[in-house]
Amino acid sequence: MIARRSLMMFAGLFVLFTVIGWFLGAANISLLLVQSFAYALIALGLNIQWGYGGLFNFGIMGMLMLGGAAVTFISYPVNAQFWGSEGPLMLGKALMAFLAGFLLVWGARHADRIGIKGRWKSVVTVIAWIVAYIVYRSQIDPAAAYIETAGGGWVGGLGLHPVLGWLFGGVLAAGVAYVVGKICLGLRTDYLAIATIGISEIIRALLKNMDWLTRGTLTVSPIPWPTPIPQDLQAQGVSISESFIYARLGFLGLVILVLAVAFFLVQRAYGGPWGRMMRAIRDNHIAAASMGKNVTRRQLEIFVLGSVLMGIGGAMLVSFQQIYDPGAYQPINHTFLIWVMVIVGGAGNNWGAVFGALLIYITWMISDPVSQWLFNNISNWSTDMGWGAIPEIQSRASQMRVFVLGVVITIALRYAPRGLIPEVVRREA
Amino acid sequence: MNELIFFFNNVVVAGVVLGSIYAVGAIGVTLIFGILRFAHFAHGDMMTMGAFIAFLLAMAATALGITTPVVPTGFLVLPIAMILAAIIALGLDKGFYAPLRKRGARPVTMLIASIGVTLIIQGMIRLFFGSGTYSFFETEQKQLVRIPVPLEGVTRTINFTQPQLLMVLCTAVAVLALHFFLTRSRLGKAMRAMADNADLAQVSGINTKLVVRVTWIIAGSLAAMAGTMLALDVNLKPDLAFNIVLPIFAAAIVGGLGQSYGAIAGGFLIGFAETLAIFNWSVLLRPVAGSLPFELPATLAIVPTEYKLTVAFVILVVVLLWRPTGIFKGAST
Repeated sequence: MIARRSLMMFAGLFVLFTVIGWFLGAANISLLLVQSFAYALIALGLNIQWGYGGLFNFGIMGMLMLGGAAVTFISYPVNAQFWGSEGPLMLGKALMAFLAGFLLVWGARHADRIGIKGRWKSVVTVIAWIVAYIVYRSQIDPAAAYIETAGGGWVGGLGLHPVLGWLFGGVLAAGVAYVVGKICLGLRTDYLAIATIGISEIIRALLKNMDWLTRGTLTVSPIPWPTPIPQDLQAQGVSISESFIYARLGFLGLVILVLAVAFFLVQRAYGGPWGRMMRAIRDNHIAAASMGKNVTRRQLEIFVLGSVLMGIGGAMLVSFQQIYDPGAYQPINHTFLIWVMVIVGGAGNNWGAVFGALLIYITWMISDPVSQWLFNNISNWSTDMGWGAIPEIQSRASQMRVFVLGVVITIALRYAPRGLIPEVVRREA
Repeated sequence: MNELIFFFNNVVVAGVVLGSIYAVGAIGVTLIFGILRFAHFAHGDMMTMGAFIAFLLAMAATALGITTPVVPTGFLVLPIAMILAAIIALGLDKGFYAPLRKRGARPVTMLIASIGVTLIIQGMIRLFFGSGTYSFFETEQKQLVRIPVPLEGVTRTINFTQPQLLMVLCTAVAVLALHFFLTRSRLGKAMRAMADNADLAQVSGINTKLVVRVTWIIAGSLAAMAGTMLALDVNLKPDLAFNIVLPIFAAAIVGGLGQSYGAIAGGFLIGFAETLAIFNWSVLLRPVAGSLPFELPATLAIVPTEYKLTVAFVILVVVLLWRPTGIFKGAST
């Protein structure tokens, strides 16, 4: 029953995409397709965290930014001016200072080994943190100032293949997620939500202001594609309008390949003993703990796994858009949008997450032109009635998507709280 | 001495003002959590909405000529804005949260619903006001209060604006009123009883529906007040909410979710921490610059100004690790 229903759903989605593609043209719909499939990978990551594990991660934006920074660093051409300057040496010193600070704090945390206990240990730890912070700041501040003025402006990239950058995006997100999870996963739902929001805001503040690393608000472009870009195809004699379609379809193929591999693995994991254990922890972590499952450890595992997919997805989006702009990341576009995808699609069901991602992304993207059309009509009507036209239709219409998103999630929660393609709970007779 | 007054102007005044705004916002968050047991995410947007209501009222009042030279129009219309915001808050509850509550939805679902409300309110505000910046002080001036310090060799004066003074007074009145309401009135006691144990309160004959309504009225009007105060202190933007919701939640959590007095303490703690963290300490050290072992840099702040927002969160994490339910023991779901 459910399988047939979801098949119908996907068929409907296909028709929707075809109709919209017919309106917007092949070049635009191929652009939307690439982005929506990248979002599907991110939604899959959230589905692991929320649908499988019941973890309340509201810091998706931070993971996407990390993925973007990673692919920028790996695939952008080498900045020779930076490597020829004093910059690398100074950064090396800053890294040493960071490691020294890390060791200091680590040592203070284990001060009980040498007999410093209780209150004194806390004092030592606090002092270690302060010293480590001062040591690190004393090295990184001059290094950052030097690189931004004399050392080539910023670090630049490594000039490697973008797919390596995607992988590094996943690795970087995993590393950060591990640290974040270690700190936050002991917290209960509401606290965890706020804590992850806070961490993603910190990541945003860092990446936006560390001009030496990411160029900050100056933005980095053009970031290379892993597949031929339209200009390459044009050089081979393909007409300009067709070159965009073919190039985007090439990128789309790669994105779908990554999504398919991730989907296969995640789906297998869901069906296996590991997935059953995760659902047991999600539904009743006390019972799971009493059965000998290490709940915190498993939740950390799932948090890191989901974040890997988010990092890769964020990296893919950045390489597709060819520009890394830390200022463009917003919680609405990069955290809440993905939550709406998973909730509307059906948390706990991977098909649902992918379906939700595609549906919500296309809704999000077309609500701008649709409301513009709507406003234009209303404006014409009110002009005819003698009430005057609606001012600034264009900018107002582009704000409508936020409203539409809010309405969509409200309706979904009210009438389909388990999503359009809900999780199938198998019960033995 | 001049340096100390600089410190007072930049840290104490700013910290008290910011702390008042955070405290008033955090009380709403913590009350809703205490009674309804979910983190009301749309609180920041209720604040922005309240500020815009006050802004519209102030514009209307100015157009009608209802102004006084003493009090800024923003404060004059604040009570009306608070009433309107309370009505809207009741409407939001009826339209969005009550149906879910009736179904027995989990707190997590309520939280997601409140994100839906966030998006809807934000969409509406942007639809009507675009993305520009507005100010309450386009037609009237912000009056600056300068108090000279009667000490020898002091040239600086203690500075603050008149709205800032009024804000702190308003906060004090609101906090006192809330205190008397919670401790003296029957309804306030019912609220505290329900926050402690909802089931027990219900079997004791407390009208829980009424308590829920009162909670929304208080939270909505306080949100409008906090939002208007913030808009009066800096300026009014449709995306005010996102920058404010994090410190407010941090304040509520640091104080212990569900604890009204904790929220006030948390609000001031976060407000002061933020202003202290970005304060340029080298100004204070300048008189003793000669005797320091190192050369005094031009700016010596604990964190650069761009990272102001992160301070609230670092405090939050530290408090949560040190005392997982906040300074005053808070509730959780």
